[in-house]
Amino acid sequence: MKYFDEFCDASLVKECAQEINKIGDKTKQYNFMEFCGGHTHAIFRYGLNQLLPDNVNMLHGPGCPVCVLPGTRIDSMIELLKINSQIILCTYADLMRVPGQQGKSFSDIKAQGANIKMIYSPLDALEMAKKNPDKEIIFFAIGFETTSPSTAMSIIQAKKLKLTNYSVFSNHVLTPPAVKHILDAPSTSLNGFIGPGHVSVVIGLDAYKPYTDKYKQPVVISGFTPLDLIQSIYMLVRQVNNKTHQIENQYTRSVLPSGNLNAQKIIKEVFSIRAEFGWRGLGNIAHSGHSINEKYSIFDSEVRFNIKFAQEKEHPHCACGTILQGLKTPLECKLYKKVCNPDNPMGACMVSSEGACAAYFTYGGN
Amino acid sequence: MCLAVPAQIVKINDDLMAICELSGIQKEISIALIPEVQIGDFVIIHVGYALSKIDEDEARKTLEMFS
Repeated sequence: MKYFDEFCDASLVKECAQEINKIGDKTKQYNFMEFCGGHTHAIFRYGLNQLLPDNVNMLHGPGCPVCVLPGTRIDSMIELLKINSQIILCTYADLMRVPGQQGKSFSDIKAQGANIKMIYSPLDALEMAKKNPDKEIIFFAIGFETTSPSTAMSIIQAKKLKLTNYSVFSNHVLTPPAVKHILDAPSTSLNGFIGPGHVSVVIGLDAYKPYTDKYKQPVVISGFTPLDLIQSIYMLVRQVNNKTHQIENQYTRSVLPSGNLNAQKIIKEVFSIRAEFGWRGLGNIAHSGHSINEKYSIFDSEVRFNIKFAQEKEHPHCACGTILQGLKTPLECKLYKKVCNPDNPMGACMVSSEGACAAYFTYGGN
Repeated sequence: MCLAVPAQIVKINDDLMAICELSGIQKEISIALIPEVQIGDFVIIHVGYALSKIDEDEARKTLEMFS
């Protein structure tokens, strides 16, 4: 695969790891957080943490939308499917096995006869609406700013096609408010962030400026291959050594400084920013979610079906909140591997393969 | 859902749709988010939408960082 295979070249990755060794100050501790779950997964999958010197420590942030989705939002959809047999729910495959607060997942209720379809794209949900005019199609939309524009486009398209049976249940979340939430934790020991490459493709570099300015944290926007990530860690070490806190772009082949202006315009057209939104493991975060603009409310499942949510309750011993803030590792959680595993996830970091606990479990993190 | 892949545009259809190719597999995707793309361009595909164009020169610079 062009633009992937050549960035997995082990000799290039090792060369960069040696450069980190060369410039790293042995008397210093470097604590960096990769925000994005895709980065967490890649770091473990390619064993990058094993190439780093002992004093360069990677912490795993909350950038996995499936992980941080409150279980109560899954419960609410399951309740709605029970009382309304006209609905076909379209969802990404990642969500199928995630249990809600009540312990049931979409897979469980599909096995009991609920009409749930796994889709790859919002375009598939639109197609479903065209083909089933007598059914109500709900798209369970989830993701950071990377997926928001595609969801928004589907609503614009549905309006153009005059579809009256398509609506979106928006669970879209925003990256910058979550970064702020982590940096606001009084005990944070972070020295820098790896910023999410594909979120930044959409939002651009300036969106991180308030955090580099206020919290004096270097940010490096990174691609997802092993070479991208190891280079980004090198760039962070260099910034810490030089005592700078700039927004650097490692992923220059895809990320423009301004982001994708067209996608930003489409997001603004369709979505509003909620006063607050719940994050599994982290609680409510101000201005961190996207709801559908009133102008498009006929396409908003929350309005159309009057969906209500219960307050999320975490397991009392679940350490996900502190893990997602980089304050603890999965090994310090009482539940990890004892009762909490990928088949029986108790908290946010285990529910998806991109969560920190699931990555530790799968690839033997220590 | 979070996985994005690089693919090449091989045909542009009506209504801002296009055919892209990845390792011999062809799929129809939307180019509504980057309508300026042309046949031959490599793009990042995410949930059925092309999100950005890949810049060949910048890709080479990344590969040559320490050389």
